[in-house]
Amino acid sequence: MNEKPLIDFDWILTHLDDILIRTLQHIQLTAIPIAIGFVISLGLSVWAVRRPRIYPPMTAMTGLLYTIPSLAAFAFLRPIFGLSLLTAVIPLTTYTLLILVRNNVSGFQSVPAEVLEAAEGMGYTGRERLRRVELPLAVPLMITGLRLATVTTIGLATVAAILGDSFGGLGQFITEGLQTLFPTKIYVGAVMSVALAFAADFAFIRLERRLTPWAQVRAERG
Amino acid sequence: MTGVLAWFLDPANWMGPTGIPARLTEHVEIAGLAIAAATIIGLPIGLYIGHTGRAANFAINTANIGRAVPSYALMVAILPISLALAPTLGYQPETGLTFIPIFLAMTLLAVPPILVNAYAGLRSVDRDLLEAGRGMGMTEGQILRRIELPIASPIIVGGFRTATLQVISTATIGALLSYGGFGRFIVDGIARSEPAQLFAGAILVTVLALAVDALLSVAQTRLTPRAMRTKQSGVRTWSEIAEVPRRGGEVVA
Repeated sequence: MNEKPLIDFDWILTHLDDILIRTLQHIQLTAIPIAIGFVISLGLSVWAVRRPRIYPPMTAMTGLLYTIPSLAAFAFLRPIFGLSLLTAVIPLTTYTLLILVRNNVSGFQSVPAEVLEAAEGMGYTGRERLRRVELPLAVPLMITGLRLATVTTIGLATVAAILGDSFGGLGQFITEGLQTLFPTKIYVGAVMSVALAFAADFAFIRLERRLTPWAQVRAERG
Repeated sequence: MTGVLAWFLDPANWMGPTGIPARLTEHVEIAGLAIAAATIIGLPIGLYIGHTGRAANFAINTANIGRAVPSYALMVAILPISLALAPTLGYQPETGLTFIPIFLAMTLLAVPPILVNAYAGLRSVDRDLLEAGRGMGMTEGQILRRIELPIASPIIVGGFRTATLQVISTATIGALLSYGGFGRFIVDGIARSEPAQLFAGAILVTVLALAVDALLSVAQTRLTPRAMRTKQSGVRTWSEIAEVPRRGGEVVA
């Protein structure tokens, strides 16, 4: 990095298509774990709400999975699944569980007992009550969980670049920039991944508003 | 698995600047310094906005920005700058290449949970208790020390636990920038195709994180006022005792 400027704009302009591809790869690296993680966590949290005794060991387990360093997890799975998308997606999915399960459970717990009793009094069966009363009322906290998990996963996915070029995402720019000491690549990777995190954050806030129209009405009434 | 056991039993891996004790020191050093710096930054801000309710949105949003910045991206992004500043600020170029970027990235990682939980902890205290304190003639400082801090302590320490867990686990990435710590075993294990070393490194980091978390969980229980402790989970929050209706909203880290 002798006489080169810190950011080489010509490089950016001539590599816009690369940036787009890496961004799409990054979205893929985030969306798959979040989708799978959400389905798993929903099952786990319904189970935990029905049987509160299993919740502490469940939290301990998801906490333990979260503690395994991402670098190590990718390296563990590499001999088994090779340099594939699966190797990247499995650890990223297990990391989402801690945040998602905790928020889903808090969401279910935030449903007031009177509401549950009222639903029972109206003759709802357990499954109907879950679908039509508990789930909608748990939505705000669930979405908070999804937001936190998505932002975290976007960050963790940058490390997945060590696994390979074909699906590496924006972390690929960071790693290549580090190896060749070319700061422009580093900054493109860093700035784009932060931008992606913000966009996801914003999208989830909009989604929450759309899914909970009653909260809006309540806020307007004051 | 036998390879991993053999690796742990090999005395060579316990000695010198590349041995387990040396790597442990490096790992704890960078994590400890980052947590300390994050506490100096995050705790006063969190307590201030929690106590006064001022600038809460601003501080929480800033903390969320911190959460959105990937640690790996951040440390690599700081690297060219901290390397370039080495002659001006008079530290070794090597420090600018490894220690400074990792330290700063880890600090930024640790600030949000500490700040947000300090804020949320103070906010969780029943307003009526504060009014009672004021009615008894307590100063704001006394209210903070004698009412808010004890009641909020489980949540505040919870923030430290999250921050510490994340920093210890994420500091392994520092090895990609040729820093030491337990991440060194993982990165070298990958580079030299030595799975035993790689597994050993991963086990060491996980055990360290869990051990520190267990220590902090004891601290969390000790710092909790006696009336708020329970037998099963160690602590319960104020709302569980007083059955204050939950307001809902943001669940914190």
